[in-house]
Amino acid sequence: MKLIIAIIQPDKLEEVHHALVDVEVLRITASRCTGHGQAEDPDLYRGQEVKPSLLPKVRIEIAVNDVYVAATVDAIVGAAKHNGGVIGDGKIFVLPLDDCIRIRTGEHGGSAV
Amino acid sequence: MAKQKYMTVCLGLVGLLVCAVSVFGQATPAPGVIPTPEVVAGVVSDVTPLPQIDTGTTAWMLVSTTLVLLMVPGLAMFYGGLVRTKNVLGTMMHSFAAMAIIGVIWTVCGYAMCFGDSVGGWIGWDWDFVLLKGLDSGPGAYFGDDIVIPHLVFAMFQGKFAIITPALIAGAFAERVRFRGYCVFIALWSLLIYNPLCHWIWGGGFLTGEAIDFAGGTVIHISAGMAGLVCALYLGARRGYPKTAMHPNNLVMTMMGAGLLWVGWFGFNAGSSVSSGMQTAQALTVTQIAAATGALTWIIIEGFHLKKATSLGLMSGILAGLVAITPAAGDVPPYGAMVLGVAGSLFCYAAVVLKGKLGYDDTLDVFGIHGVAGIVGAIGLTFVLRSIPEHGFNMQLWYQFKGVGVSMIYSGVVTLILVVLVDKTVGLRLNDKAEMAGMDHTLHGEHGFGLLNLN
Repeated sequence: MKLIIAIIQPDKLEEVHHALVDVEVLRITASRCTGHGQAEDPDLYRGQEVKPSLLPKVRIEIAVNDVYVAATVDAIVGAAKHNGGVIGDGKIFVLPLDDCIRIRTGEHGGSAV
Repeated sequence: MAKQKYMTVCLGLVGLLVCAVSVFGQATPAPGVIPTPEVVAGVVSDVTPLPQIDTGTTAWMLVSTTLVLLMVPGLAMFYGGLVRTKNVLGTMMHSFAAMAIIGVIWTVCGYAMCFGDSVGGWIGWDWDFVLLKGLDSGPGAYFGDDIVIPHLVFAMFQGKFAIITPALIAGAFAERVRFRGYCVFIALWSLLIYNPLCHWIWGGGFLTGEAIDFAGGTVIHISAGMAGLVCALYLGARRGYPKTAMHPNNLVMTMMGAGLLWVGWFGFNAGSSVSSGMQTAQALTVTQIAAATGALTWIIIEGFHLKKATSLGLMSGILAGLVAITPAAGDVPPYGAMVLGVAGSLFCYAAVVLKGKLGYDDTLDVFGIHGVAGIVGAIGLTFVLRSIPEHGFNMQLWYQFKGVGVSMIYSGVVTLILVVLVDKTVGLRLNDKAEMAGMDHTLHGEHGFGLLNLN
């Protein structure tokens, strides 16, 4: 089992979500977050350009069984790119996942994912 | 480069306008007396030598003018709350931009086009009204035989109606238009659709004295509703509609906006009596009654249909009731307001459900609420009039149908021409990428809500 964490641009959430549904990854958690990589995206404030030190991003967390890892990662990479890839498109982290428990039934492991 | 060219063209146009106004304005001899604006009922008065300003009416008209302007930020909040988070500023900017753009156009030539002397019944014009020159001092405007208010008050009061009408349309194509295209569109819409319509029905044009339109059902709500429908159909649905769920970002703001609209509507309707007396009281009373009845009707329908009363439903009912009573405000008794409130909500509810089935994307239901309730009010008022005019019920019903038909056809056809023109030249529809990223940041370089942003 792996935990996949993807940090993407907020405007790509919808496309990434559709791409994940297409490869039958239906259980995801998405949250708003702020962060900073290489990208800069200035706002305007009374004629002044303001470069925020932290930018809005979306963080997606998906727990998957090993066979789904490649498909999930490919789906995210395919859908989260702007114009074939620009700075700020985001990152994906793949982490080992020790266990997963479904609260309702108490089942453990792969079947709970 | 393109931007520079655009700026040059804009500056050039403004320059030309100013030149034209100053040259022609001076060439025309100033008329001796300011022509009398016609009241809603179409009564023209004689001019008496020494007019005394009616302070009571003037005070109420000043309040009304202020109240109607308050409806525009109210509309901004109403619409702004209904769109997605990334489009809240872009949507509110549509209403506020109307205040800026129409505010200027109205001063330069809008009032002259609406309330100047009629040119063959088609459009008004009076050089003395250009830049409100002749209104700045002078004898005041007459309504009936004895009511005199400063002419500027009447011009400003009417100007607020001109502002809110194009702002209403913006709801139909919310979340998917470019700001520049929108600005050009509403400027042209105001000049080519609102001003002629306003003149035809209120300013002495060919429909004046026929269709009863007390405070703007035909001129404002039907024309804006029809324009919204045409724009929504031509520009197409938002990306992902109706498959993707699109949630309102802030219904709290929408409710506050609807509250401001209800309050502002007292100025809108009761102010349209241009008096401070019995008819003002009648208009104010039926406004209150229709709004309440409309709101109650809507949540009762929802109770049967969905088993839950929704906040947006209650707000929609308020608007349906208010729009339906607008053309009728001074001319129907309280029970008539209840009838129109119920009918407004019934038909609007049906229209909104039908929209879902037909699948076109009139995003914030400009046609479904303003268009439909406007038509219901304009036709329905004939059945509940306080007193039937001399020409009889059937004739009046025909006049009402004629007013509605003229407004729908004229607004529909000219809007279609305008929207195609603006979309092909300046560009109105937002591209996919900008639409996905949201109007706030793409078009305005800002974010509406910083609450979730740590900086």
